[in-house]
Amino acid sequence: MQVYLPIAEISVNAFTLLGVGGGVGMLSGMFGVGGGFLITPLLFFIGVPPPVAVATGVNQVVASSISGVLAHLKRKTVDLQMGTVLLIGGLIGSLIGIWFFNLMSRLGQIDLIVQLSYVIFLGIIGGLMLQESLRALIRSKNPAAPKRKLHKHYWLHNLPFKMKFRTSGLYISVFPPLLVGMGVGILAAIMGVGGGFIMVPAMIYLLGMPTKVVIGTSLFQITFVAAFTTMMHAVTNQSVDVMLAVFLIIGGVIGAQVGTRVGLKLKAEQLRILLALLVLVVAGKIAFDLLWPPAELYSITVLGRF
Amino acid sequence: MRVLMIFVFCLMALPLRAEQVIAGLSQNRVSLTVNFEGSEILIFGAVRREAPLPEESELNVIVTIEGPPQETVVWRKARRAGIWVNTDSQDIRAAPSFYAVATTGPLQDILSPDADLTHRISTRLAIFEARGMDDPTVRATFTEALIRIREGQGLYQQHDGGIDLERETLFSTRLTLPKTIVEGRYAARILLVRDGQVIDEVETVINVQKAVLERWLTNLAYDQPFIYGALALFLAVFFGWGASALFRLLQN
Repeated sequence: MQVYLPIAEISVNAFTLLGVGGGVGMLSGMFGVGGGFLITPLLFFIGVPPPVAVATGVNQVVASSISGVLAHLKRKTVDLQMGTVLLIGGLIGSLIGIWFFNLMSRLGQIDLIVQLSYVIFLGIIGGLMLQESLRALIRSKNPAAPKRKLHKHYWLHNLPFKMKFRTSGLYISVFPPLLVGMGVGILAAIMGVGGGFIMVPAMIYLLGMPTKVVIGTSLFQITFVAAFTTMMHAVTNQSVDVMLAVFLIIGGVIGAQVGTRVGLKLKAEQLRILLALLVLVVAGKIAFDLLWPPAELYSITVLGRF
Repeated sequence: MRVLMIFVFCLMALPLRAEQVIAGLSQNRVSLTVNFEGSEILIFGAVRREAPLPEESELNVIVTIEGPPQETVVWRKARRAGIWVNTDSQDIRAAPSFYAVATTGPLQDILSPDADLTHRISTRLAIFEARGMDDPTVRATFTEALIRIREGQGLYQQHDGGIDLERETLFSTRLTLPKTIVEGRYAARILLVRDGQVIDEVETVINVQKAVLERWLTNLAYDQPFIYGALALFLAVFFGWGASALFRLLQN
């Protein structure tokens, strides 16, 4: 069954879309990741224009994180103070990202910027994850190995405007979380991702937050930043495709439910190696497209639409 | 009655043409529904004659369908620091989003270059370049690239000999609108050609419209982006939260 996407202005097979949403949803259920960083590049591969893929991807992030954040709020595993500071940073970052995105669209370079960001970030994250999970695998076989020390104090924490974050038990400057939030906001606008894959490690290692509030707090920030970014894309460049989003979301929520159940039956370390390899494969495919001489050197941009 | 008489009088007042074309389309409305997979349009007609068939020259028919024009930029990639980047561009003031030409014979044989220019029949002539790069040959390579890419997508078509003409009177052809067409008014022209000159021409319009839901969504996205954005968010929250609530309910 073909589906006509009114904003992307292409027809795509509905089952392909449900499959992409479902597959990514399943992975996000298995690994506990948002999946925006997989959905957007998969949409490039099926021919959705990158701007539409990014804006619709970020809309899908809202759907995939909303139920999580509600659950965490109920369990009180959200540091609302920290979340608000991260959110303020995120909104500023999102505005910067949207401005940059629209500037690059006008210069005809947005596809390149989006693809380059994906190669760089997926490459780094995939590499780090692979290294980390291989190390964890070795450590689990050799329990005598020294454990990493959590919560170090960096000079960053001693910047002015110190603030008490009760839930996290931290007394640090507001600048590090503002900057972390801002970085994630920029990524959300340019790459159509929630940014959890950057924010979670940053919260643990850079801010020194306790692990039990990290997921809830990051989801809190992601949901609002993604919602804001969706709105900004819709208003400034009309690239959110609701029809596409609905198919991805329906596939995604079903996939996530299946994935959560499958994930419980698999070993965590092996699972993470698998995810790391998957991320590297996606990054490799996009890098290949940029490096390999294209079959067609020319491309067409129609002004006023995507 | 009087109206009819005036009408007949007007008809008689028209300069008498030796041959006139009368044409019809299988449909003048195309709806881009959710499951639109392209559409085939049958264009048919007849030649009406007041005088006997001229013997020396051959009659030819040309049919064109032209989609709404769009302002376009053609980009060319070059390798910079190892990766392929858009480097040069040529603005196109107006390029038809769709263009198909069908003829009874090879276009350059049946139509004189002058007539082609006045009636803008070749695909090349339907595209208006903006002033950009000064060198016309460079500009031409960009326009040729545009035509090549769109021919590959089935958006620009040329069917030499694609029209069946029977006994120099009845003709018909089928043109395919691919699934990637945009909405708008598509002009269909049917031209009669003799000795390289256009002797008669009729034009009619095919309306291509997004179906109700798609059209509503597009209009909302462009005219009321705030409401559209809010709708996108509402759907995301509704499905995201609703689905997990439903699954919890099913589990209990």
